[in-house]
Amino acid sequence: MNATPNLNDLKPNTRDHGADIVLSGAEVLLRVLVEQGVDVIFGYPGGAVLPIYDALFKQNAVRHILVRHEQAAVHAAEAYARSTGKVGVVLVTSGPGATNAVTGLVDALMDSIPVVCFTGQVGVPLIGTDAFQEADTTGITRQATKHNYLVRKPADLARVAHEAFHIARSGRPGPVVVDLPKNISVGPAPYAPASRAPHPSYRPRTEPEREAVVRAVAAMKRARRPLFYTGGGIINAGPQACEALGRLVRKTGFPCTSTLMGLGAYPTTDRQFLGMLGMHGTYEANLATHGCDVLVALGARFDDRVTGRLDAFSPDSFKIHADIEPSQINKIVQVDVPIVGDAGRVIEMMLEEWDRQDGAPDPAALGQWWQQIDAWRGIRSLHFDQDMTPSAIIRPQHAVRRLYELAMETGRDTFVSTEVGQHQMWAAQHFQFDRPNRWLTSGGLGTMGYGLPAAVGAQVAHPDALVIDIAGEASTLMNIQELGTIAQYRLPVKLFILNNQYMGMVRQWQELLHGSRYSESYSAALPDFIRLAESFHAKGMRATCVGELDDVIRAMLAEPGAVVADICVAQDENCYPMIPSGAAHNQMLLGPEQEGEVKVSAEGRMLV
Amino acid sequence: MTMQDETIVSAVISILVENESGVLARVIGLFSGRGYNIESLTVAPVEQSRHQSRINIVTSGTPQVIEQIKAQVGRLVPVYRVANLTQVGPHVAREMALVKVVSSGEARTEALRIAEAFRARAVDTTATSFVFELTGATEKLDSFIDLMRPLGLAEVSRTGVAAIIRGPRTI
Repeated sequence: MNATPNLNDLKPNTRDHGADIVLSGAEVLLRVLVEQGVDVIFGYPGGAVLPIYDALFKQNAVRHILVRHEQAAVHAAEAYARSTGKVGVVLVTSGPGATNAVTGLVDALMDSIPVVCFTGQVGVPLIGTDAFQEADTTGITRQATKHNYLVRKPADLARVAHEAFHIARSGRPGPVVVDLPKNISVGPAPYAPASRAPHPSYRPRTEPEREAVVRAVAAMKRARRPLFYTGGGIINAGPQACEALGRLVRKTGFPCTSTLMGLGAYPTTDRQFLGMLGMHGTYEANLATHGCDVLVALGARFDDRVTGRLDAFSPDSFKIHADIEPSQINKIVQVDVPIVGDAGRVIEMMLEEWDRQDGAPDPAALGQWWQQIDAWRGIRSLHFDQDMTPSAIIRPQHAVRRLYELAMETGRDTFVSTEVGQHQMWAAQHFQFDRPNRWLTSGGLGTMGYGLPAAVGAQVAHPDALVIDIAGEASTLMNIQELGTIAQYRLPVKLFILNNQYMGMVRQWQELLHGSRYSESYSAALPDFIRLAESFHAKGMRATCVGELDDVIRAMLAEPGAVVADICVAQDENCYPMIPSGAAHNQMLLGPEQEGEVKVSAEGRMLV
Repeated sequence: MTMQDETIVSAVISILVENESGVLARVIGLFSGRGYNIESLTVAPVEQSRHQSRINIVTSGTPQVIEQIKAQVGRLVPVYRVANLTQVGPHVAREMALVKVVSSGEARTEALRIAEAFRARAVDTTATSFVFELTGATEKLDSFIDLMRPLGLAEVSRTGVAAIIRGPRTI
């Protein structure tokens, strides 16, 4: 039985020597937060965390943002982390507080986002008794986190809390849960500063092996049709890594494509950038991936949304794969040169080796490769025709383009979050990101409802920046309660809804794969978003036709407070280009006129 | 360019872990979550002073999957070391079985005779039953149990494989 608390744990001799003031566990936790440089946490109170909220009340160093749902707390912390490079911090109560946070935790796990989530727990003597608001939080979140802890002894509290930050931010970043029984936060606990000693078992490798980089650069120098395939690992490696990537791409003269997660690591408006690759990537990016002879994957993980049909993925290329996480290498695609290390360090070492090694890629071959790429570019796979008659229906791509152009005119630092679906892909295709950490989207898990709480997190981190959630009307209703958080903290978030009255991506797949039987994908009984906005003390706006679009966007951008802009767009628009599931990169659909040409295989139908 | 090897191979994975609460659940949760096989599993503390336990897992999969298992297990925070003993080289893999045989007359005598041939010890004897203790490779235990089947095999309890590298090397 672990029901009897061990009194030895509370004895003074286990306390921080020299500390005369006896701190409560909650106070120790706050000291850890301050020492870890935390200035804001996102959370929601409840019985098991009341002592921690009481300690929060008595101090000013750590600001608390009260969200309206625990899932939103985690998404907000994720966006805070992604837009600042710092660890996002969450505080929720036991039981439902913790289970509500699980979706956010898995989201952070899939996208490698550093988050530390403190969950309340019933007191240690009550654990296992089905107590009120008790849940086996460490059991439930074991597969939802990079690591998790249950603090059973006051003496462990400070060490575990510090360690949680170290694990969340180092190596491949990810979410860490610290489950805190109420008696631990109420009772006395010793404070200890962060340990400088290396962790006994967890030692992520960041420095790449020189020999592997030498081999990689040698292959790059021999390349005739090279391609950089970059991912979120470079964003996680920090702005210096992104800057180094820019130098590497320019120095080599190679083309560069990016995953959804990597957008902004290399300027998307640059000539050497081919656009995003994968299911809704550009024609030139996917054809280049298919046709390249040396593929340099940096901080990317060959996700199924990127590779399409695996046996036809980049079939003739020599593959170099750099990732900080050894398990990502040879997981999906067998590669020729594996490199384990931090993306920034790998890129710096590649730059050194590029200068050190003799020779250069055959300029004629590289010139031909660029000619080929330019020919693919000439297809203009992201092109769409917008009827500019003022009464014409707004095409969603046009709305995103105009949003980008008019946002740029403001000259403000701009952060974009998204929900999940068609609007997310249109945002990825038509909004441009010339700097890292400005693009906040749920990639791996594809969590509808991510964008609005993410906008909260980004706006809290960057109060003077322009923060826009490019949303779909269905997704955003999944966390619409965050308009309350936005109102409470007067966050000037712009919620830009591409409203097509459908779960658009579901509708698109039903059209392409299920005989246009739109089973349950219609957004029935939608709210009036203008009145919804007003009821949450925000400004509501609506554009129903092209003639109204620019004025609404301008008014939204000029509004000092929060705005909900309901942009009524074409209902039947599909997201192109598209690699149908189970197809190869060179079997892209460019538009609706091709829908009949590629049949989705039986295997493809089984893929998500 | 690289072709994937689709042959299914068996592997003994030895994992040295921090002996903390939930560590076994982390390891087996990883196996079930990612669809890896567990054919047998043993776990026990091996370094009390350093709070270390050793987990031995017999698994099977393509060489790529086995490599993934090793890498994925290596990601877990409380894991010190993980080794694929089948890949490392010669190793000793042993398990223990307790086998209950309930019989009389000719079958009982035959069971005892076979137990002697297998160097199984009778650790419990009654007028109508034996409990044999047998240690060895998995195949040896399998064939002993097969031979006991017609002789009144009533119950089997096996430990799963404990394994270690031959020679001076350690994982």
